[in-house]
Parts: sequence; structure tokens; C-alpha cells
Amino acid sequence: MAVLHSAPRFTQIDGLKDTLSTAIGDDLVEAHEEHGELMFTVRRDSVETVLRRLRDEHSYQQLMEIAGVDYPGRAERFEVVYMLLSVTKNNRIMVKVSAGEDTPVPTVTTIWPNAGWLEREVFDMYGVLFDGNTDLRRILTDYGFEGHPFRKDFPLTGYVELRYSEDQKRVVYEPVELAQDLRQFDFMSPWEGADYILPGDEKADTPPVSEPKVTEKPSDTGAGKKADKQAAEKVSSGAPAEEATGEDPAPAPEPTEDRADRPAREGKTTDTGEATEGKE
Amino acid sequence: MSSALQIEKSPTTGDETITNYTINFGPQHPAAHGVLRMVMELDGEIIERIDPHVGLLHRGTEKLIEHKTYLQALPYFDRLDYCSPLCMEHSYVLAIEKLLNVEVPERAQYLRVLFAELTRICNHLLNIGAHVMDVGAMTPNLWVFELREDCMNFFERMSGARMHHAYLRPGGVHQDVPEKLLVDIGEWLDTRMPELFGDAMSLVMDNRIFKQRNVDIAVVSKEDALAWGFSGPLIRAAGIPWDLRKSQPYDVYDRMEFDIPVGTNSDCYDRFMVRVKEVYESGKIIKQCLAEIPQGPIASDDRKVAPPKRAEMKQSMEALIHHFKLYTEGFHVPAGEVYVATESPKGEFGVYLVSDGSNKPYRCKIRPTAFSHLQAMDFMCKGHMLPDATAILGAIDVVFGECDR
Repeated sequence: MAVLHSAPRFTQIDGLKDTLSTAIGDDLVEAHEEHGELMFTVRRDSVETVLRRLRDEHSYQQLMEIAGVDYPGRAERFEVVYMLLSVTKNNRIMVKVSAGEDTPVPTVTTIWPNAGWLEREVFDMYGVLFDGNTDLRRILTDYGFEGHPFRKDFPLTGYVELRYSEDQKRVVYEPVELAQDLRQFDFMSPWEGADYILPGDEKADTPPVSEPKVTEKPSDTGAGKKADKQAAEKVSSGAPAEEATGEDPAPAPEPTEDRADRPAREGKTTDTGEATEGKE
Repeated sequence: MSSALQIEKSPTTGDETITNYTINFGPQHPAAHGVLRMVMELDGEIIERIDPHVGLLHRGTEKLIEHKTYLQALPYFDRLDYCSPLCMEHSYVLAIEKLLNVEVPERAQYLRVLFAELTRICNHLLNIGAHVMDVGAMTPNLWVFELREDCMNFFERMSGARMHHAYLRPGGVHQDVPEKLLVDIGEWLDTRMPELFGDAMSLVMDNRIFKQRNVDIAVVSKEDALAWGFSGPLIRAAGIPWDLRKSQPYDVYDRMEFDIPVGTNSDCYDRFMVRVKEVYESGKIIKQCLAEIPQGPIASDDRKVAPPKRAEMKQSMEALIHHFKLYTEGFHVPAGEVYVATESPKGEFGVYLVSDGSNKPYRCKIRPTAFSHLQAMDFMCKGHMLPDATAILGAIDVVFGECDR
């Protein structure tokens, strides 16, 4: 495929994939190339030795990044990706390991001191444990935060929100309350293998019943009695407020506008037309 | 420097007190460049240990991006490093383009490089000013802010926004710029910029106090710079001529002629001077862009990625459909993963983008520049005096929008 894009172009070395695959040896699970970038999946237990070999023998001097990715469908749901950079070969590679929630990855802080924070971040966001990292505290989330927010099953809105409480004179945490549901639009085309059920689809799987429903007799239909005479009346009765209650409506109040000495009128008023419309 | 000052009493020696104490630097401190809390353990005025606490500005950008289409996620990048927004966008759009393998027209590539360099100038001006102010000089900061204001005005004429441009697009840029803007930028680079910037720098570069505060502060060897994952001006100050614009060129950087300034001593003064020189080098790049920029389209003509022109939509049904699809569903990116890193003003800014073939990124890991640098704070400050911490922090050039994401 011809390269049309203008993304950073680092040196492409012929046969690098094979060279590094041989170097990684038995610890290699899979190697593949994508968009000119080499990715090596290695066994989790030996990631430290592999990375050390890559640094010392293949001059990948810098660890630029450790990224966690969550694939909930996999047996080991997390992937930890190490981005290596060689400033002498001008080349980048990625090294991946997979990890579960309770299968720790060996730390690489022994090789690069800056791995400490990067591993802390992956731990904070995904809950991947790093064996040997002596300072595996949370780093980006709040003090006392619970859960691992970048997991795919962690809701975007989170579970708690905080505000300053004027009563308690401190910040308090409360369960998230949204005035409006978070809008999520689904753009999957129903013709292209959407995995949800369209309205009505559920009927397709219903097994046929032994006695099919018929409407031969009136009692089969489930309809009520025939309509009576009252139903034929065309005029509807008045609204409750207009119906006669038997009491006299309160008399029209006297206007008070120009009689300052009289108290304001009391009681229910029904007709204020005379009071409000000017007289000639 | 606020809060708890606790003097520990030694359990073994009677009235003698151990002078080690712990203070909080930040999170509300003007020299902390944002919301950084550093727990410092001091022996008198000597720093024994620093434990930076970051994440006070963590907004979960990466998670939010997973819930947006590729195009909707773009403005989040402006809000990472809000001092160099365009360079943040640059990595992201290049990552998408790499996955899509879409071609960007030449004029758009020139515009990207031009404004990325203007952003670099703008960013360095802020950092230089802030660094100088951290060590006690006021005037240069006010002067370079004049220049920053000019830059902001240029950005406003480019995109309509002074800070959060959202100007780059996968496949090009959002809109063309007026010719007058390019003329004005050229004029500014010839006259006002070198004059005012030169004046401001002449006040500090050879200043005795400034040198006393910066020379030989936080010296980092080449080996350490590599091991700690340094990039950008910090690795160049350590004497390694490593610049992604040169070694891994993107867009039209391979056509640009510029030099990479490197330091000799790898101290805070070198970091400062590398930035000062880079401002001039960026000026050179911008001038080349202005001279060479061709006429032509500013976005890809691949209608599955870049929207059609407004006028075209009035005539063509197909254009209208493309527009509608792009702004509702967005484009689908073929499954795959890439790590694309560009030279942002602060160092290597990378985007690790995993696509599952849908219209939203499956994972977008942002590699901030400040994260690795700030981590080395403890290592760089050890044994220095307390006031040196501000100089070291100023020379790192950290912005918390980017560090905490």
C-alpha cells in the first residue's frame, strides 16, 4: 500500500522484524507490522528481560510510554503496551504483554527510572498490578478514589461527584445525579450486524402456541359490552368548575381602588370585570 | 509555600530537634505553574526528597475521547496543553491520517507547519517569561506577553479563536487563511518580533542574577536524560541533538532548513537558552513556509473524511449526504493501532490510537511531555536549595492540562 499520509517518518530498517524476533526468542508470542510500525507481543513473565535485551543489545534507549488498553472480551482483559524509541537507529517499536486483573506484570523500573509513574498510571486507570514496583500508588485520580476509571465497564459519568458543602464547610462526595441522561448515540447500521434487537425482532423467536388465538365468537375478542344509549349522546357534560354546586357564587366585590379607608376585599372572586374596566 | 510546617522531634536525643521537615509546595502556588502539589522534605534549605502529586487537573480526557467520534474528540486536544494547542492537535490528526492513509494537500501541510511553529514561538515566549519571573525578574515577562498577544491575534485571524483553535482536521485544516494574515506574520517576524524579543532577552541572558539562579542548577547527564525519557528542549539541553521535526519529519518539515540548538552544560540556563534559540529557528521555518506556500486546496478531497465545500452542497445531493454523514455518524477508521509522536514545544507529544473499525476511537492514549519530566523532579532537585526548585520547574516547562489530561 502506498503511503499517502504525512505522519512522522522514522527509519525503516529491512529485516528488523526478523532480527528482533530472533532476539526475543522463545519469549515472543507474536510479531506483526502495521502501518510501518512493529509490534511484538511477548510473554508476560519475561517482559523485563526482553526489554532489557532490547535496550542493551538493540539500542532502544528510551521508554517513551506505557499504555494500558482494556479488552473485556479476552481471557486476560488488559494489554500493556511499551513504546520504545531508539535515538541512534531513529526507530520506534511497541512491545505488548497481556494481563488479567490479578496477574501482575513484572516491573521495568529496574531498567528505566521513568517507568515508575507510567506503571502507576496504568495501575490507577486499569488496575493492572506491577510486580516489583515499590511505589504503586494512585497517581491521577483523587486521594481515596475507588475503582479503575478507564476500564470499559466503568461508566463515563463515574459513581461519585463532589461539591463544597456550605453547612459542613468542606468538600463532600455524593452519588452522581444527572439532570439529564448522558446521551449516547448508536451509529451502527442495523444492516451491518448490529448486536442489539430491533423493536419487534423478539417476536421472531417466540415458539408457536398449541391453541392459536381466534376471534370467531364475541367472547374471544376480549371486547366489552355493546355501547349503550349514553354513549350515543353527542354533548359532553360541562367541566367540574362550571357545574352548579347549589351555593350562590360569591357576590361581586366592590371596587376598592379609590377608597383607601376600606380594607381589601376578602373571599373568592368570580367576576371582576366591573372593577377593572374603566367606567365612562 | 503554604501549610504544615512540622518539626519532628527525635525520640533518641533529648532537646535536640532534627531539622528535616516536610512542606507542601502548592497546589496553589504561583511558581507551581498550575495545580502541582509537591511534598518536599527539607534539611534546612536543602531539598532531600520531592514527591510531586499530580492529577489535580485530571479530567479523564482519554475516556471522554472513547465516547466521541474522531472529529468530536479533536477539540479535547486544544485543552491539553493550552499553551500550545495546535501542536496537540497535530499529533492526533496525523495519527488518524496514518490509520486512514489519507493524503493531505500541500497547502494544508504548509499551513499546519506554519502555525505549529507560531504556536511554538507562543509557547516558548510564555515559558521564557514565566521562567524568568520564577527567578525574580518581572520586566521580560511583560514584554514577551506583548508578543504573545500578537500571536494570539494571528491565531484569532486564522481560526476565530485565540486559544482553543480546533483548526486542524484529519485530511487538512479547517479553513484557508487570508493572504493579508500571511503578509502580516512575515512583517511581524521581520520587525517587531526580533526587536522586542531581543530586547527582552538582552535583559536576562547575561544578567548576573539570572545566571546565578540558573547556571549549574539541575545538571542532567546524557545517559540520565535518555533513561528518564526526556525529550524536547530538555534532551537538547543535555547535548543530544534529537528533534523529531528533523529525525522523523512529518508534513513538510523535511523541506525546512533549520538548526537544532543544543546545550553544553545541561543545566537550567541551557534549557532556557535552547528555547530562546528555538524561537529564532521557528521564525526561520515560518519565513520559509511563507515563501514556499503554494495555492490550492486546504483539505483532502476524500469525501469520506473531509466535508465538501458549502457551495458544493447547494448543488450536489451527494455532497449534502457526505456532509450529513460526516457530521452525524462521522467517518469510520479501519481497525489498527498506531503510535504517532510529534515534536511539541515541550517535547515528544504522542498519541497511541487504537481503532476497532468504528467511528469512535477504541483507545486514545496521550503521551504527555511533562509526565516524564516532572517525574525526574525528585532526581533533579536532590541536594539543591529550595529556591532552585522553582527554577528547575520553570525550566521543565510544565502545563497541567497536558500532564494530568
